Amino acid sequence: MTLRTRLLVLVSALVVLAGIGTASVLRASARADRRDHAVPGGPEITAGPVALGARGRMIFRNMAWGPHRDELTSVPASDPAGPRTASKVKCLRFHAAGGTGVCLQSVHGPVGDTYRAVLLDSRLRVTARYDVPGIPSRARVSPSGRYAAWTAFVGGDSYAGTDFSTRAAVVDTRTGRLIPSLEAFRVVKDGRTYHAADVNFWGVTFTADDRTFYATLATHGSTYLVRGDLRARTLTTVHPNVECPSLSPDGTRVAYKKRVKGLPKDAPWHLYVLDLRTLRETPVAEPRSVDDQAVWRDDHTLVYALPGDYGADLYTAPADGTGHPRRISTAAVSPAYVGRPPA
Amino acid sequence: MYVADSRAGTRAASAEGAARPRAGRRRAAVAPTVLALGTVSLITDVSSEMVTAVLPLYLVAGLGLSPLGFGLLDGVYNGFSALVRLVGGHLADRGGGRHKWVAGFGYALSAACKPLLLLAHSLTPIGLVLAADRTGKGLRTAPRDALISLSSTPATRGRAFGVHRAMDTAGALLGPLVAFLILRATVDGYDAVFTVSFCVAVVGVLVLVLFVPADTRAGTGPRSARPAEATRPTEFAEPAGSAGPARSTPAGAADRSRPAEEAPRSGSAAGSAPSPAGQNPADPAGSPASPTLRAALSLLGTPAVRRITLCALLLGLATVSDAFVFLLLQRRLGVPDRWFALLPLGTAAAFLLLAVPLGRLADRIGSRRLFLAGHGALLLVYALLLSAWHGSALPYLVLLLHGGFYAATDGVLMAAASESVPEELRSSGLALVQTGQALARFVCSLGFGAAWTAWGDRTALTVSAALLVFGVLVSVALRPTPPEGLA
Repeated sequence: MTLRTRLLVLVSALVVLAGIGTASVLRASARADRRDHAVPGGPEITAGPVALGARGRMIFRNMAWGPHRDELTSVPASDPAGPRTASKVKCLRFHAAGGTGVCLQSVHGPVGDTYRAVLLDSRLRVTARYDVPGIPSRARVSPSGRYAAWTAFVGGDSYAGTDFSTRAAVVDTRTGRLIPSLEAFRVVKDGRTYHAADVNFWGVTFTADDRTFYATLATHGSTYLVRGDLRARTLTTVHPNVECPSLSPDGTRVAYKKRVKGLPKDAPWHLYVLDLRTLRETPVAEPRSVDDQAVWRDDHTLVYALPGDYGADLYTAPADGTGHPRRISTAAVSPAYVGRPPA
Repeated sequence: MYVADSRAGTRAASAEGAARPRAGRRRAAVAPTVLALGTVSLITDVSSEMVTAVLPLYLVAGLGLSPLGFGLLDGVYNGFSALVRLVGGHLADRGGGRHKWVAGFGYALSAACKPLLLLAHSLTPIGLVLAADRTGKGLRTAPRDALISLSSTPATRGRAFGVHRAMDTAGALLGPLVAFLILRATVDGYDAVFTVSFCVAVVGVLVLVLFVPADTRAGTGPRSARPAEATRPTEFAEPAGSAGPARSTPAGAADRSRPAEEAPRSGSAAGSAPSPAGQNPADPAGSPASPTLRAALSLLGTPAVRRITLCALLLGLATVSDAFVFLLLQRRLGVPDRWFALLPLGTAAAFLLLAVPLGRLADRIGSRRLFLAGHGALLLVYALLLSAWHGSALPYLVLLLHGGFYAATDGVLMAAASESVPEELRSSGLALVQTGQALARFVCSLGFGAAWTAWGDRTALTVSAALLVFGVLVSVALRPTPPEGLA
């Protein structure tokens, strides 16, 4: 092959490949329009007021295509598949309780996205903003609305490869005081102070006393449920192999994803419920691997997301291990039940 | 927030040179093969870093998964990749222009993985696709470095590797930028990112197929061409009479799948060839003709190879992984979280800037000497991190020295190792040294993490610094008797 032939081959290939590349980018940008149009048969969505204090509502990130994609959306808790009211506030992850919401958003920059957490009042007005050091993953507000917490995945830039670490932050919404990383807390493991360079925390869930919380601690390839104390600034291990805990409204049980032996390494989790008094585990009747921090609709029912056609769908299952999982809503993620009567 | 870092070895294996073909004016310019390979690496790194940069975002924001389960598999993949590298090195040494085709298969395999990402929507298939991608990377690294080494003379090898590493790093820095520009221009344009990444990867494979000669050792050309190999324009010029470049990809791919077939012929051809002038006298010139696995392993019996592998191992054991260095720097300075991600870019930028000049310096003062000096720079990094000095220049100085450490050691180690490994086992030999170094760094990561846990970060770093001093002293003591510095 002469140099000319080779150059010719290269240039022709470049033309074809550039065409393919350009077409894919154009197609993806044209999708903006397509995704702004609701898919026939999808949920009915209209813009309207969304309040965090409204009784008996479920608020979540709407993922259905249409003009309100990614917006916080409200439905009646009793009819989660019913008509949706969209708020214009866009979030990647969301949670709310006690009239306070936490919304983790991306901020588009010139060469990349950055992330922030915004605190919302009961009418979804922004009351505070905080930088989030990576891709947001979990969000929780304490039942009273006083504390908010979020987790971000740090890493994923070109020099961190596929290794991730997590950082969990807690903020006092009343004083604005931020604990940027739970790593500042003292870890007590098996009754002794534990130091390790490789500790990671994620998935905070609060009790009703505005002092205690639960979270995941990972170190040396194992995970633990830890009980945190915001005043003493300690984290005490409670139970092994617990990720993304979620405290029941009555504070007696924790729903969580557990890494189960024998499952594919990439989808290894099953939902379990742990009784905090007896430390007895009950498997939830959900055969699929759940990679989510479940929420409690009430003291007996769990709601969680599984991958779906438009990102994620919401499912429900009884917390006592009986029954069957049931899909309650499509194209939805990060649900929060608001306006709950005080426990 | 610590990132379990076991990738140091694999990452370090990619970067190369910003020299343009017109540098040919210069007498000792980099061989066209090196420029072609550098271009391939640059393009391929743009492609692969595009994917790496958006993957966590895609998993979390696009698919609603958490990347944590995936991150936990990373160590497995990295260990696997180290083994694959040895296999790739061995296959490539079987002669008949296999360096090019083994490397080409590695590049093609990684390229083929990109469109598969469009079809994978959960962690398991995504994990499998990325494992295949890494297999491609592992396969291609050693043959590619062998090609660079074989197409340069000992006197220009440092520069050749420097140019390659700089080009490679430039690609790694560009990739995320391209990916985010696409994401900005689209709505959830992950599919566009993967498609463009695929197209870019195909261009890289094409450049390799079209412009990298099959056998820089001239095994398929006239033997008389060999002494001049380094300056011979193997690349963009028409390699008259050479059958290598004319081979089509399918033939090459078929070659690879029948590794044993051609070995005796080409092996003996290569084996009977004398080493080019300037090769390390410790070369086992009479090493057996067919590069069997045994022959590859017997490389460790060669004093020169053993020496350099031992140095790489010892120094690797004291090389604290990047993640820890950045973490320590952040702790010292209280770098705000959102700047944390920029620290690796600082090291990469310094690497990019220094790779070529330090490669040239290696040619002047000897690659071993520069390799040791590079570890001196790393020692300075440790010292600065341990010192009480708190100037505003500290982060810049640390990152500059850290990038300088990579620039003075990454390609330079390959240049140094090339002096000890006979041509016909070049690929296996380089793979051996790289894998040894990667494993040592992995052990260092584990040990450093444990030491940090037990004694705290400062003590752990002090121990590492002491180990590093020890490693450098031993490496100096292990110097081969004939003086180096082939200027």
